[in-house]
Amino acid sequence: MAKILIPTPLRKFTGNAATFEVKGATVAEALRALAEAHPQLKPHLFDNAGRLRSFIRVYVGEDDIATLQREDTPLTDEAVVSIVPAIAGGS
Amino acid sequence: MSRAVFTLVLSPEVDAHIRRHGEAAWPYECCGFLYGPADGNPRLITRALRAPNSKEGDQRRRFEIAPTDYLEAERYAADHGLQLLGIYHSHPEHPAVASKHDLAQAMPFFSYVIVSVRGGRAAEMRSWRLRDEVRAFDEETILIAPAFAKH
Repeated sequence: MAKILIPTPLRKFTGNAATFEVKGATVAEALRALAEAHPQLKPHLFDNAGRLRSFIRVYVGEDDIATLQREDTPLTDEAVVSIVPAIAGGS
Repeated sequence: MSRAVFTLVLSPEVDAHIRRHGEAAWPYECCGFLYGPADGNPRLITRALRAPNSKEGDQRRRFEIAPTDYLEAERYAADHGLQLLGIYHSHPEHPAVASKHDLAQAMPFFSYVIVSVRGGRAAEMRSWRLRDEVRAFDEETILIAPAFAKH
Protein backbone atom coordinates (compact mmCIF):
# COMPACT_ATOMS: atom_id res chain seq x y z
CA MET A 1 0.00 0.00 0.00
CA ALA A 2 1.32 3.40 -0.90
CA LYS A 3 1.05 6.10 1.74
CA ILE A 4 -0.22 9.66 1.20
CA LEU A 5 0.94 12.31 3.63
CA ILE A 6 -1.76 14.91 4.29
CA PRO A 7 -0.44 18.44 4.92
CA THR A 8 -1.55 20.01 8.19
CA PRO A 9 -3.99 22.58 6.72
CA LEU A 10 -5.98 19.84 4.95
CA ARG A 11 -6.23 17.48 7.92
CA LYS A 12 -9.45 19.14 9.04
CA PHE A 13 -10.98 17.35 6.04
CA THR A 14 -9.55 13.92 6.91
CA GLY A 15 -10.69 13.74 10.53
CA ASN A 16 -7.18 14.88 11.56
CA ALA A 17 -5.56 11.88 9.91
CA ALA A 18 -2.01 12.71 8.81
CA THR A 19 -1.66 9.72 6.49
CA PHE A 20 -3.85 7.73 4.14
CA GLU A 21 -2.94 4.24 2.98
CA VAL A 22 -4.04 3.51 -0.53
CA LYS A 23 -3.90 0.92 -3.25
CA GLY A 24 -3.32 2.73 -6.47
CA ALA A 25 -1.19 2.13 -9.50
CA THR A 26 -0.66 5.81 -10.21
CA VAL A 27 -0.68 9.15 -8.40
CA ALA A 28 -4.01 10.01 -10.05
CA GLU A 29 -5.66 6.82 -8.79
CA ALA A 30 -4.30 7.26 -5.31
CA LEU A 31 -5.48 10.88 -5.04
CA ARG A 32 -8.90 9.98 -6.40
CA ALA A 33 -9.23 7.26 -3.77
CA LEU A 34 -8.26 9.78 -1.10
CA ALA A 35 -10.84 12.29 -2.34
CA GLU A 36 -13.55 9.60 -2.42
CA ALA A 37 -12.77 8.58 1.14
CA HIS A 38 -12.79 12.22 2.28
CA PRO A 39 -15.17 14.12 -0.03
CA GLN A 40 -14.63 17.46 1.74
CA LEU A 41 -11.03 17.31 0.61
CA LYS A 42 -11.93 17.09 -3.06
CA PRO A 43 -12.44 20.82 -3.85
CA HIS A 44 -9.09 21.57 -2.22
CA LEU A 45 -7.27 19.08 -4.46
CA PHE A 46 -9.14 19.23 -7.77
CA ASP A 47 -10.76 21.97 -9.83
CA ASN A 48 -14.23 21.64 -11.40
CA ALA A 49 -12.72 19.92 -14.43
CA GLY A 50 -11.15 17.28 -12.17
CA ARG A 51 -7.59 18.53 -12.65
CA LEU A 52 -5.17 18.93 -9.77
CA ARG A 53 -5.35 22.51 -8.53
CA SER A 54 -2.44 24.70 -9.59
CA PHE A 55 -1.75 25.58 -5.93
CA ILE A 56 -1.19 21.92 -5.04
CA ARG A 57 2.09 20.17 -5.75
CA VAL A 58 2.58 16.45 -5.37
CA TYR A 59 5.81 14.70 -4.50
CA VAL A 60 6.61 10.99 -4.69
CA GLY A 61 9.45 10.48 -2.27
CA GLU A 62 11.73 13.45 -2.87
CA ASP A 63 10.61 14.06 -6.45
CA ASP A 64 8.05 16.54 -7.76
CA ILE A 65 5.69 14.60 -10.05
CA ALA A 66 6.11 17.51 -12.52
CA THR A 67 9.61 16.07 -13.11
CA LEU A 68 8.28 12.50 -13.37
CA GLN A 69 5.16 11.43 -15.27
CA ARG A 70 2.89 13.94 -13.54
CA GLU A 71 -0.38 12.34 -12.39
CA ASP A 72 0.44 9.19 -14.37
CA THR A 73 3.52 8.62 -12.20
CA PRO A 74 3.42 4.95 -11.13
CA LEU A 75 3.41 4.06 -7.43
CA THR A 76 5.06 1.12 -5.72
CA ASP A 77 3.68 -0.34 -2.48
CA GLU A 78 6.42 1.50 -0.59
CA ALA A 79 5.79 4.87 -2.24
CA VAL A 80 5.25 7.91 -0.03
CA VAL A 81 3.16 10.57 -1.73
CA SER A 82 3.25 14.08 -0.25
CA ILE A 83 0.63 16.70 -0.97
CA VAL A 84 2.32 20.08 -0.82
CA PRO A 85 0.27 23.28 -0.73
CA ALA A 86 1.81 26.26 -2.45
CA ILE A 87 2.60 28.92 0.13
CA ALA A 88 2.81 32.33 -1.45
CA GLY A 89 1.42 35.82 -1.33
CA GLY A 90 2.55 39.37 -0.91
CA SER A 91 1.47 42.94 -0.53
CA MET B 1 -24.79 32.90 11.62
CA SER B 2 -22.01 34.54 13.59
CA ARG B 3 -18.47 34.01 12.43
CA ALA B 4 -15.91 32.12 14.40
CA VAL B 5 -13.74 34.38 16.52
CA PHE B 6 -10.18 33.22 16.75
CA THR B 7 -7.39 34.32 19.05
CA LEU B 8 -3.73 33.73 18.32
CA VAL B 9 -1.31 33.81 21.22
CA LEU B 10 2.34 34.41 20.37
CA SER B 11 5.13 33.79 22.82
CA PRO B 12 7.33 36.89 23.26
CA GLU B 13 10.13 35.02 21.46
CA VAL B 14 7.93 34.35 18.44
CA ASP B 15 6.75 37.97 18.39
CA ALA B 16 10.39 39.15 18.43
CA HIS B 17 11.44 36.53 15.85
CA ILE B 18 8.87 37.70 13.29
CA ARG B 19 9.68 41.39 13.83
CA ARG B 20 13.45 40.83 13.63
CA HIS B 21 13.12 38.74 10.47
CA GLY B 22 10.93 41.36 8.84
CA GLU B 23 13.47 44.06 9.65
CA ALA B 24 16.44 41.96 8.46
CA ALA B 25 14.76 41.17 5.13
CA TRP B 26 13.52 44.73 4.48
CA PRO B 27 12.99 46.08 1.82
CA TYR B 28 12.16 42.54 0.73
CA GLU B 29 9.45 40.27 2.08
CA CYS B 30 10.42 37.64 4.63
CA CYS B 31 8.50 34.45 5.34
CA GLY B 32 8.53 31.54 7.74
CA PHE B 33 6.63 28.87 9.65
CA LEU B 34 4.68 29.00 12.91
CA TYR B 35 4.40 26.04 15.27
CA GLY B 36 2.56 25.21 18.45
CA PRO B 37 1.98 22.24 20.71
CA ALA B 38 -1.55 21.58 19.44
CA ASP B 39 -4.40 23.42 17.89
CA GLY B 40 -7.03 25.16 19.99
CA ASN B 41 -8.75 28.47 20.48
CA PRO B 42 -6.80 30.39 21.59
CA ARG B 43 -4.15 28.98 19.27
CA LEU B 44 -0.74 29.10 20.91
CA ILE B 45 2.39 29.69 18.81
CA THR B 46 5.56 28.74 20.62
CA ARG B 47 8.09 28.47 17.82
CA ALA B 48 8.82 30.26 14.56
CA LEU B 49 11.34 29.25 11.92
CA ARG B 50 12.60 31.27 8.99
CA ALA B 51 12.07 30.06 5.44
CA PRO B 52 13.86 31.38 2.37
CA ASN B 53 11.78 33.64 0.14
CA SER B 54 11.98 31.64 -3.09
CA LYS B 55 9.94 34.02 -5.21
CA GLU B 56 11.56 34.72 -8.54
CA GLY B 57 11.10 38.36 -9.38
CA ASP B 58 10.27 41.28 -7.12
CA GLN B 59 10.58 40.11 -3.52
CA ARG B 60 9.61 43.59 -2.29
CA ARG B 61 5.99 42.73 -3.05
CA ARG B 62 5.86 38.92 -3.17
CA PHE B 63 6.96 35.85 -1.28
CA GLU B 64 6.90 32.15 -2.00
CA ILE B 65 8.02 29.13 -0.02
CA ALA B 66 9.58 26.32 -2.05
CA PRO B 67 7.76 22.97 -1.90
CA THR B 68 10.89 21.27 -0.56
CA ASP B 69 11.08 23.82 2.29
CA TYR B 70 7.41 23.17 3.03
CA LEU B 71 8.00 19.41 3.17
CA GLU B 72 10.91 20.02 5.53
CA ALA B 73 8.67 22.17 7.74
CA GLU B 74 6.08 19.38 8.04
CA ARG B 75 8.86 16.93 8.92
CA TYR B 76 10.18 19.34 11.56
CA ALA B 77 6.76 19.45 13.19
CA ALA B 78 6.47 15.65 13.25
CA ASP B 79 10.02 15.24 14.59
CA HIS B 80 9.50 17.78 17.39
CA GLY B 81 5.99 16.85 18.52
CA LEU B 82 4.66 20.17 17.22
CA GLN B 83 1.94 21.18 14.80
CA LEU B 84 2.49 23.45 11.85
CA LEU B 85 -0.18 26.05 12.53
CA GLY B 86 0.62 28.98 10.32
CA ILE B 87 2.79 31.09 8.09
CA TYR B 88 4.21 34.53 8.67
CA HIS B 89 5.43 37.07 6.17
CA SER B 90 6.18 40.76 5.99
CA HIS B 91 4.68 43.61 4.01
CA PRO B 92 7.48 46.15 3.48
CA GLU B 93 6.01 49.69 3.29
CA HIS B 94 2.49 48.27 3.25
CA PRO B 95 -0.09 47.68 5.98
CA ALA B 96 -0.39 44.30 7.70
CA VAL B 97 -3.60 43.60 5.84
CA ALA B 98 -3.98 40.40 3.83
CA SER B 99 -3.87 41.28 0.13
CA LYS B 100 -5.72 39.72 -2.79
CA HIS B 101 -2.50 37.81 -3.52
CA ASP B 102 -2.49 36.47 0.03
CA LEU B 103 -6.15 35.50 -0.25
CA ALA B 104 -5.79 33.84 -3.65
CA GLN B 105 -3.24 31.34 -2.36
CA ALA B 106 -4.33 30.94 1.25
CA MET B 107 -4.89 27.48 2.67
CA PRO B 108 -7.64 26.66 5.16
CA PHE B 109 -6.77 26.28 8.84
CA PHE B 110 -3.46 28.18 8.82
CA SER B 111 -2.97 31.44 10.67
CA TYR B 112 -1.39 33.98 8.32
CA VAL B 113 0.54 36.48 10.40
CA ILE B 114 1.64 39.62 8.59
CA VAL B 115 4.05 42.21 9.97
CA SER B 116 4.26 45.60 8.35
CA VAL B 117 7.83 46.92 8.08
CA ARG B 118 8.25 50.65 7.45
CA GLY B 119 11.63 52.24 6.85
CA GLY B 120 13.27 49.05 8.08
CA ARG B 121 11.39 49.03 11.41
CA ALA B 122 8.69 46.49 12.26
CA ALA B 123 5.33 48.19 12.80
CA GLU B 124 1.88 46.64 13.26
CA MET B 125 1.34 42.90 13.17
CA ARG B 126 -2.01 41.27 12.36
CA SER B 127 -3.20 37.72 11.70
CA TRP B 128 -5.71 36.31 9.23
CA ARG B 129 -7.44 32.99 8.79
CA LEU B 130 -9.40 31.73 5.79
CA ARG B 131 -13.12 31.54 6.49
CA ASP B 132 -14.73 28.14 5.98
CA GLU B 133 -16.59 27.67 2.71
CA VAL B 134 -16.05 31.25 1.53
CA ARG B 135 -12.92 32.74 -0.04
CA ALA B 136 -12.44 35.49 2.53
CA PHE B 137 -10.23 36.16 5.51
CA ASP B 138 -11.28 36.76 9.10
CA GLU B 139 -8.91 38.64 11.33
CA GLU B 140 -7.58 36.88 14.43
CA THR B 141 -6.85 38.77 17.58
CA ILE B 142 -3.14 38.58 18.43
CA LEU B 143 -2.10 38.40 22.06
CA ILE B 144 1.46 38.15 23.37
CA ALA B 145 1.75 35.40 25.97
CA PRO B 146 2.51 37.34 29.21
CA ALA B 147 -0.45 39.67 28.66
CA PHE B 148 -2.64 36.66 27.95
CA ALA B 149 -1.51 34.93 31.14
CA LYS B 150 -2.95 37.75 33.30
CA HIS B 151 -6.48 37.04 32.09
